Amino acid sequence: MDFLRPTTWAEALEARAAFPGAVAIAGGTDVMVGINFGRLRPASLLDLTRVAGLQEWGTEDGAVRLGAGVSYARVIGELGDRLPGLAMAARTIGSPQIRNRGTVAGNLATASPAGDAHPALLAADAEVEVASVRGTRRMPVRDFYTGVKRTALAPDELIAAVSVVPPSGPQQFSKIGTRNAMVVSVAAFGLALHPDRRAVGTGIGSAAPTPRRAPAAEEFLAGELTSAGLWESRAELPEATAARFGELVAAAAAPIDDVRGTARYRVHALSVIARRALTWAWADYRNDPAKEI
Amino acid sequence: MSAPTRVPAGAPEHLTGPGSGGVGDDAERPDGVLKVRGEFAYGSDLWMADMLWGATLRSPHPYARIRSVDTSAALATPGVRAVLTADDVPGEKVYGLELADQPVLALDVVRYQGEPVALVAADHPETARLAATRIRVDYEVWEPVTDARTALGHRTGNQVHDSAPEVTELSRENAHLHPQGNLVRHLKIRKGDPAPAADVVVVGEYEVGMQDQAFLGPESGLAVPAEDGGVELHVATQWLHVDQRQICSALGLPPGQVRLTLAGVGGAFGGREDLSMHVHACLLALRTGRPVKMSYNREESFFGHVHRHPATMRYEHGATRDGQLVYVKAEIYFDGGAYASSTPAVVGNGGTMGIGPYVVPSVHVDCYGAYTNNPPCGAMRGFGSVQTAFGYESQMDALAAELGMDPVELRCRNAMEQGSTTPTGQVVDSPAPVAELLRRLAAMPLPTRDDGGEVDLRDMPGGVSNTTHGEGVRRGVGYAVAYKNVGFSEGYDDYSTARVRLEVVGGEPTATVHTAAAEVGQGLVTVEQQIARTELGVERVVVHPKDTTVGSAGSTSASRQTYVTGGAVKAACEAVREQVLARAQRLVGRTVPDLRLAGGAVVSDSEDITVPLADLLGDDVLEETLEWRHRPTEAIDPETGQGFAHVQYAFSAHRAVVDVDTELGLVKVVEMACTQDVGKAINPQAVIGQIQGGTAQGLGLAVMEEILIKDGTVRNPSFTDYLIPTILDMPPMRIEVLEYADPHAPYGLRGVGEAPNISSGPAVLAAIRAATGLPLARVPVRPEHLTGT
Amino acid sequence: MRLTCTVNGASQQVDDVWEGESLLYVLRERMGLPGSKNACEQGECGSCTVYLDGLPVCACLVAAGQAEGRQVGTVEGLAGAAALSPVQQAFLDAGAVQCGFCTPGLLVATHDLLTRSGRPSDPEIREALAGNLCRCTGYEKILDAVRLAAERMSEPGAHR
Repeated sequence: MDFLRPTTWAEALEARAAFPGAVAIAGGTDVMVGINFGRLRPASLLDLTRVAGLQEWGTEDGAVRLGAGVSYARVIGELGDRLPGLAMAARTIGSPQIRNRGTVAGNLATASPAGDAHPALLAADAEVEVASVRGTRRMPVRDFYTGVKRTALAPDELIAAVSVVPPSGPQQFSKIGTRNAMVVSVAAFGLALHPDRRAVGTGIGSAAPTPRRAPAAEEFLAGELTSAGLWESRAELPEATAARFGELVAAAAAPIDDVRGTARYRVHALSVIARRALTWAWADYRNDPAKEI
Repeated sequence: MSAPTRVPAGAPEHLTGPGSGGVGDDAERPDGVLKVRGEFAYGSDLWMADMLWGATLRSPHPYARIRSVDTSAALATPGVRAVLTADDVPGEKVYGLELADQPVLALDVVRYQGEPVALVAADHPETARLAATRIRVDYEVWEPVTDARTALGHRTGNQVHDSAPEVTELSRENAHLHPQGNLVRHLKIRKGDPAPAADVVVVGEYEVGMQDQAFLGPESGLAVPAEDGGVELHVATQWLHVDQRQICSALGLPPGQVRLTLAGVGGAFGGREDLSMHVHACLLALRTGRPVKMSYNREESFFGHVHRHPATMRYEHGATRDGQLVYVKAEIYFDGGAYASSTPAVVGNGGTMGIGPYVVPSVHVDCYGAYTNNPPCGAMRGFGSVQTAFGYESQMDALAAELGMDPVELRCRNAMEQGSTTPTGQVVDSPAPVAELLRRLAAMPLPTRDDGGEVDLRDMPGGVSNTTHGEGVRRGVGYAVAYKNVGFSEGYDDYSTARVRLEVVGGEPTATVHTAAAEVGQGLVTVEQQIARTELGVERVVVHPKDTTVGSAGSTSASRQTYVTGGAVKAACEAVREQVLARAQRLVGRTVPDLRLAGGAVVSDSEDITVPLADLLGDDVLEETLEWRHRPTEAIDPETGQGFAHVQYAFSAHRAVVDVDTELGLVKVVEMACTQDVGKAINPQAVIGQIQGGTAQGLGLAVMEEILIKDGTVRNPSFTDYLIPTILDMPPMRIEVLEYADPHAPYGLRGVGEAPNISSGPAVLAAIRAATGLPLARVPVRPEHLTGT
Repeated sequence: MRLTCTVNGASQQVDDVWEGESLLYVLRERMGLPGSKNACEQGECGSCTVYLDGLPVCACLVAAGQAEGRQVGTVEGLAGAAALSPVQQAFLDAGAVQCGFCTPGLLVATHDLLTRSGRPSDPEIREALAGNLCRCTGYEKILDAVRLAAERMSEPGAHR
């Protein structure tokens, strides 16, 4: 096994291109588990923790650009106001020790359907910036997941950053686990209300081969809020609307039975957490008239 | 016995510690400073410059015949020093705690997934792992038997039986995993009216999943070949001498050539009572002539030790209209997995104490242990009683509901007390404050519900995962009481050996206590010091490393070490004290009746005598070694189950308060309260620690812990998917400790460790039932059970 | 490969490190610092918690090469020149140590918590220590220990 330690982004991309058998490692929270248990024996490890600038975040064209090396702990500590949904999700990931090392980009690269960042990224319409020696491209996060633990990343590409536009409305994240901390999700849900464009964003985790959105639920809710004038009035949300939204979110899922839960439970739980997340988000929206739209 | 030829880094040293304190004090652990400084050497910390690493190749199949094993590619791997199979086991090829039925390395058949097939020793763990993957084993895969009742010949799905089957016949009908059939043990209790009738009858069936001990320190040890052709094994274990017996048998060496020293133990809870890497490391060390370290990773650990038996149980309780129990019938099946381990004793406990600490005139129990192709099951804290407590306490709640009675009141009305007769016909001859434990619990204030103010997610079911802000949450309260035998039962010669030395070191009188009793974290080394301080009146007490140069202490299990090894240390100290006092009498020149040892001197209250031990002993060393036994128990009658089976019982009760998110099926335990009679708290702080820790393990089984098995294959051998409680899952606890002395036990003490692990889970289950109104027949309770999904 | 880093303030250099080794393995088997524990090696127990450039992390999930040139702090370095740090002393006094296998990781995590937050609330303590499994204590005495250490460390002139 080789250990590659580029210090610049250009070196990293060159190494990525030159060593197709290399596995990129940042926080190591997935890669090292594979190595420790003999399931992963890459020809080389491509360590990204020394790449200058990768641990930075900044704002670009109104969006927060999160470098691939930014840890969950920093998302929670530094971006809770700008990326609330992602910060809420980050707070549920693993342990404090994991959150000090693990990164959103790592969650994307592993692309486990159970990755906690995905529902929040989907709901917020995040963009993934990937790069290779051939150049840089950006794609909506929903196009990034192509199968169970498969992504749109080409063999010579690395994730450079994730861009998320700070929301114009409230966001929520809710995750089911069978323990009250440090648990892999049985089902997860991310919600973003976008009052500026009268839209709704959703993300579902652990309930389909890939993280996915619930388009029918989004359209339904956006339609209801618009037709009833609720975006403007900020009036109480009818219970039936929230319930229907929950059902539509659950209908978008295609879960399986596994050691963490049954498919039936996942569908049921999604309907509940989607409904609750909406009621909390709506309460936030009603209580926060400061954010004029 | 010869000294170790070479001493590895991390070999144990004498423990002294800065502490003080005698019996009844919160004495400080002598290993505490080492532990907080990261200097306490656990089995996995041992190290020698030229050591090799051992690795184990395990069967991927739960049931298969081995056609052939080809080790050539593994042997050809650079850095590999040895590859061994069953052919290389020089002595007996099978071992076991109670029945020798488990191969050291697979013979012709593998009977569970993870059964060791071959061993590798190499320069680096990665080389050893890699070489193990290069061993080619040709398996003829067979259909596994994975259900205990099926194994015993019942038709699958046949849940209700009118009478106990003739197991000796039934066990021969189905696949025979072992020549002796699939039945490991059938225990019968037949007491009172064989055809009882009652006003009210409650029938229930219950199931308990397979729990793992989940000790944090992985199975580890270092075997060092000795110059005399023998081997020194430093290992984390629970019972050095039973290990030694089995290792000697497998290696074909006499005990003098297999010398064991206890390495630091990172928790045990029963999971280290059976052998794991012990023989394997010795075989590799003897073959290579080099020290060999073996240390399992977490995945291998799940395959490397026995688990708690899963159980299915059917109970029928009959009572009078006013709540007096008339009879209990129980049919209990323990799945012992592929090898016997301690299944016979687990069946013994499950059967004899299977109806709980209640007085019942007529009892009819059939308790079975079966062989299957599931992972072997054996000892875990609570040993056979944890499972049945879920059954009998669920029944008591169901009966209370049927009668319209308060569940605590019903329990108190039927509670065992001193003088009661157990289902085995044994008269309880020491305090049994079952009703008092329950009444004290019920009198404790309930936690208040914080209705106002901001929701703190960390107090909610689901925690910061943000699943509820109070929606769907209902509170429930549940009670349970349990009892557990202390020490080994049914006629087992249960003893411990202690060697106590008294001398003057550097001007200070110093006692040295040497036993082979395994310190696994519970604090026995502290207790040994406390007893010596109290009995010998000295401050400085050295705990000798635990090894096989002194006689057996028996197992660190069955809540027995403070009782039995504590009893042995006390007795050895008394023998030393007699010598000292006799010397003092001679020195004084006359008989002083109230001479005693205190403050490092022989003193008398009636006369002004103070003879410092430093003066009395000079350079002399006083030493006594003796074996100490508790009162003998007796085997129970095989047809009726009657007999003096158990030497002592421990009693505890729990009240659980839970919040259940009834829509999502998520549980937050809000508070656990516990009352326990400990006879005498030798170290009150350690007693509380045992109650808290035992409570946590019971809570874990109730709501999250289960080894999931499909077709004999373990689906969650990791801490990612085998979940144990975190600090956010454990609630604050209220604890009341009672001290009603057992007149038969040293200092009146009762074993402490297991009882709280038995009563906590059923209390949590009862509280969840109270919150949800659901019957809940299985633990661990999953969200699916609470939401009907 | 060769690995050079600073551990508990002292420079350490080891050779022949296999690239797949974790920082935990290197500390335990190559540097003679077995205080950090190997309970799960999958980031699920916290027993291997060490400081890496000032942040508590699971040493089992740090590839050895990632520690090159970094500052590592382990349980062995917590006390500094003192016999015991206040956190270590509090764990002893509160009876928070049983088998002790979780203890090194909990001590580092607690040290970090109390360095960042002087007098944390119980929920804060629980959330901060939720990554450290303990199988012996049921956590009650660990909470006691953290509260005790916080109290002692917030006294004027207290040693950290």
